[in-house]
Amino acid sequence: MSNGNKEVLTGHQVVANAMRQVEPDVVAAYPITPQSEIVEYFSQYVADGKVDSEVITVESEHSAMSACVGSAAAGARTMTATASQGLALMMEIVYIAASMRTPIVMAVANRALSGPINIHCDHSDSMAARDSGVIQLYGEDAQEAYEFTLMAQRLAESEDVLLPVMVTLDGFTLTHTAQVAELLPDRAVSDFVGEYDARYPLLDVENPTTQGPFDMPDYYFEHKLQQVEAMENVSDRFLEVQEEFNDLSGSSYDGLFETYKLEDADYAVVILGSTAGTAKVVVDELREKGKKVGLLKPWLFRPFPGEEIKDVLVDKEAVAILDRSLSFGSSGPLYLEVSSALSDGDTKPRLYNYTYGLGGRDIKEDQIAGVFEDLENPDLEDKMRYIGARQ
Amino acid sequence: MASLKKLAKREEKKRKFESGHSLCSGCGLPIAVRTILNSTDGPVVASNATGCLEVATSRFPTSAWNIPWIHNAFENAAATISGAESAYRSMKKKGKIDEDINFLAFAGDGGTYDIGLQSLSGALERGHDFTYVTLDNGAYMNTGIQRSSATPKGASTTTAPAGEEKYGKQEKRKNLTEIVAAHEIPYVGQASISHLQDLADKAEKAIHREGPAFLNVLSTCQLGWRIPPKDAVKVAQKGVDTCFWPLYEVDEGEYNITYEPKEKLPVEEWLEPQKRFAALFKTGNEEVIEEIQEDVDKDWEKLQAKVS
Repeated sequence: MSNGNKEVLTGHQVVANAMRQVEPDVVAAYPITPQSEIVEYFSQYVADGKVDSEVITVESEHSAMSACVGSAAAGARTMTATASQGLALMMEIVYIAASMRTPIVMAVANRALSGPINIHCDHSDSMAARDSGVIQLYGEDAQEAYEFTLMAQRLAESEDVLLPVMVTLDGFTLTHTAQVAELLPDRAVSDFVGEYDARYPLLDVENPTTQGPFDMPDYYFEHKLQQVEAMENVSDRFLEVQEEFNDLSGSSYDGLFETYKLEDADYAVVILGSTAGTAKVVVDELREKGKKVGLLKPWLFRPFPGEEIKDVLVDKEAVAILDRSLSFGSSGPLYLEVSSALSDGDTKPRLYNYTYGLGGRDIKEDQIAGVFEDLENPDLEDKMRYIGARQ
Repeated sequence: MASLKKLAKREEKKRKFESGHSLCSGCGLPIAVRTILNSTDGPVVASNATGCLEVATSRFPTSAWNIPWIHNAFENAAATISGAESAYRSMKKKGKIDEDINFLAFAGDGGTYDIGLQSLSGALERGHDFTYVTLDNGAYMNTGIQRSSATPKGASTTTAPAGEEKYGKQEKRKNLTEIVAAHEIPYVGQASISHLQDLADKAEKAIHREGPAFLNVLSTCQLGWRIPPKDAVKVAQKGVDTCFWPLYEVDEGEYNITYEPKEKLPVEEWLEPQKRFAALFKTGNEEVIEEIQEDVDKDWEKLQAKVS
């Protein structure tokens, strides 16, 4: 495969290539749709001698994350990939991975959580991990998934961060569709990610460490606050990593979220992942008709850039927050974040919550146009709306 | 067999496992851990499942471990050490590490027979170079003596207690050593804290064997077994001498009984000193003791038949 050129690749292929270029010491993973091909491609690279990594083909996702923690604690650069039930099964250890400050990079091919069992996309899997202590990046397309995977490595290993990073990409929509993507040359990536030098590796037998000890009430709280502090450092480090990445790649990352025609917009939608692409088309069409509409797409969901988002949304007339997962008995996770960010101002836009795309339900341009139309109604009732669901 | 002098000499070296931990008097765990760690001079990295051993040796900011040690969760000591061992192989190949390091996992019977069985089976099949040690005291002692699948038939536990109608656990225990042996790994050993030389020999073989190795060590719990702490080793010895817990190994597929009791004692001698079996000695439960004796006899015969 050549590098430094535009190619037509699936989301699986770009993530597998990012992993190949990062060349982790260890990958531990278990197959699950729609993630499997990421690890299949990567395993083929290992079999063909294109990357020097140990692949641990574990017997479950629980063991995948457990092995990742052992590997990362040992001092090895460590990656994994999963989806849906797989992430749910590893969840116990995702929390532990964060608390042990293991800089594991994991791809999550977003897929609905059972039940009923469904292999298609929504964000219920990664949203279930939002309080686990991992950093979460959401990509809109294969290119972002590729670039976030590379940046995630640097972010995870930043000395004042040392946290796992989850890079999500929408299952099937991004994982299985061929898109134009541009990969960096292998050498450029290895220079960018550099060597990982763990601070307290388990394999330093001359300086033995006790890792994952038992806390009583006299220390647990402080240890959790250290995680809080690490999370607070993420935004600044992400911006620095973006700058370096832009220099290398010619990309133009410049924040914790992307805005699209938002500055002078009266009406905005906030949306994560691939559907932002569809929404941009709608924004363009409505702009042509003279509507002042725009879009905000968080790249970073954990930590949530509430302050920064408030700054760009506070002057809007009305904002729709489109969630692709449910928090039963409450509003959508994205809505809660945006609404909380805007809660302390004197004036704030009217906010509305929509749920869309559960279990892979398509969302079309006219449905998003309908959301913008709703926003123009100053008397619109504040209640959850389910886009495209039979009710 | 390692001489007592040799074992004593090993104690003089810098300890890999320190005193000052908060395990109970009469607990078999530190006896087993110290003997196992003493049986290698090389560097060792260990994982430890959640349980008494983990809780009593790693209360922050203290640690009894003078070796690199990691606790992850309850059911994943095998998967965790398989990650560390893979990291080691990968980094050694790339020239990032020079030393030769051995890998160990410690877990109790709950963390192995029950919740950790899948993680162990997977790691054994994948062929990692590590030694997994089960410290079997026959119940979830750390959480308050609940029944596990290693609990012997007839034992009273807090979740399968003896009462007006029942004498305690009704089912025969799982034979984990044979389940592990069915993985056809290079080395499997069954040992007891009552026979330290035997345990030391098995540990030495297991740790230095390339590929996965497994030790199942009978370990006492004064609270769960309801025995005086001072009798711990004696009671464990009864387990061995009644052939409830035979000492044997499966070395590259070959079965060896490493200790033959001079006289195979009746199973009552193992049951009677432990108050967890008290209900079996009440009138009307004679048959249960007979059944336990039959089980022990059958298993002992089966084991003997496997020795070529």
